[in-house]
Amino acid sequence: MTESFTIAPVIDVAQVTQDSRPSEREVVFDIHDLTVSYGRVTAISGVDLQIHRNVITAIIGPSGCGKSTFIRCLNRMNDLVPGARIEGQILYQGSDLYASGVDPVEIRRRIGMVFQKANPFPKSIYDNVAWGPRVLGMRKELDERVEKALRSAALWDEVKDRLKKNALSLSGGQQQRLCIARAIAVEPEVLLLDEPASALDPIATSAIEDLMHQLKREYTLVIVTHNMQQAARVADLTAFFSLEVDETRRSGVLVEYDATSKIFTNPSDKRTEDYVTGRFG
Amino acid sequence: MSRYRRRRVMNRAMEVLATVAALVAVAALAVVVISVARRGAGAVSWDFFTKPQALFGQPGGGIANALVGTALLVLLATAMALPVGVLTAIYLTEFAPRRLAVPIQVVIDVLAGLPTIVIGIFVYALLVIGHTQSGYAGAFALAVIMLPLIARATQEVLLLVPGTLREASLALGVRRWRTVVGVILPSSVGGILTGTVLAVARAAGETAPLLFTSSIFANTVQTDVTKALPNIPVLIFTYSEQPDPALHQQAWAAALVLMAFVLVASLAAKALLARSRRKLAR
Repeated sequence: MTESFTIAPVIDVAQVTQDSRPSEREVVFDIHDLTVSYGRVTAISGVDLQIHRNVITAIIGPSGCGKSTFIRCLNRMNDLVPGARIEGQILYQGSDLYASGVDPVEIRRRIGMVFQKANPFPKSIYDNVAWGPRVLGMRKELDERVEKALRSAALWDEVKDRLKKNALSLSGGQQQRLCIARAIAVEPEVLLLDEPASALDPIATSAIEDLMHQLKREYTLVIVTHNMQQAARVADLTAFFSLEVDETRRSGVLVEYDATSKIFTNPSDKRTEDYVTGRFG
Repeated sequence: MSRYRRRRVMNRAMEVLATVAALVAVAALAVVVISVARRGAGAVSWDFFTKPQALFGQPGGGIANALVGTALLVLLATAMALPVGVLTAIYLTEFAPRRLAVPIQVVIDVLAGLPTIVIGIFVYALLVIGHTQSGYAGAFALAVIMLPLIARATQEVLLLVPGTLREASLALGVRRWRTVVGVILPSSVGGILTGTVLAVARAAGETAPLLFTSSIFANTVQTDVTKALPNIPVLIFTYSEQPDPALHQQAWAAALVLMAFVLVASLAAKALLARSRRKLAR
């Protein structure tokens, strides 16, 4: 490390992604002063962040710093949690996600999500992928759609001969890729992944990571992970969240957001440095 | 040392006590089954099932009309209670905000504990006074008894469906109702059927509500639900009040049939539940 960076207030996305077509600089999520609380407990406070198109953004940080809370705000999954209160603003492609009159169901259709624990439906492999499109009225060429989604999720070759088998007969890693296929079968614009590999072995994890690199071409990806190596391997941009504790309250805050290489080699904030060098967390 | 001994003796004593209690419970059932079978088995024959009740004072006859009537009553009651019970459970587990779910839950529990004679009087006042006794009034009374049982059983299986499945569906941008129909109900059909079968078994033997609503009936097979339907529980009740020992035996035999039905239904329910549990656990 001979070169040292200064703190960049605006991240130059073109610099961190090899490809620099203008469309790729587009901001998908523009988040201002986001504060989320559950009842009296504040989970995250004052988060300002921009998420860019066709870029993998990783959210890292110690347990309890509000990573999952943050990502679940992006497709309004937190609406389902009783007592959750969201303040601040999230603009999705320029319009307020939480404006009155916005239908959270429609938001979730456009912004897909993959969860920590693989949660396939107790249906056949085919029906797991086909169910979403079928319910949402995308019935045309369903077989092709299912195949495409399974191919995109790098699962097709493993399951093409047993599409009618129950999805629960698949291995953990296959189940998680099936969940990714299910999510992309309804053609979302963004894919949110909440620790998608935390329950998987290294081989399955690496399959998911390769997959993310593939998916980046078509989707905007946001991944929450507490595995720093994973963030370093897959993400273009990394946001580091930490837990701020003062006398009265504790809540998650965004400490630093920058190109992944910078976060891991030359962070601007002492807390980030302590975390990525393994001094805490 | 003595404390150690005391604890050991205490443990042993309680174990014996618990075992005895369990044996008493089993023995009670055994005594009922055996005494009913001993008194009634003699009257059970092919004719008993296929012939309607004999005319007053004549020998022979069976319970065919009461069997048909009970089947109709229970079928009708199930048709009323099943959809309402299942939808109530769906509302409580999937839609209701907490402040509404809690009081509704209490109401359902109270309904489940309501003495059946009260339900009988209520339906009598509602549907029989000013009209006549009828099959649908009887079925309605039975449905009131079945409703909380079905709702409760359904609620329990709905709660067994993992929340992660709901999340998976909702995250696809699927509406809650479609999530219920497409993901949650298919995983819980077995449990719902189990609850329904148990409720049917319970309703088939209920007497009090039918005394008010469907007890004055003909000796012939009756399928018109606007008239009182012959039924097993009331038949047992009326026969047991007759002076004729042959009718007493028939009452015992009818009780035996009812008991056998309940037993078979319970076993079927248990098997169904085991199957649906396996399906969910996989």
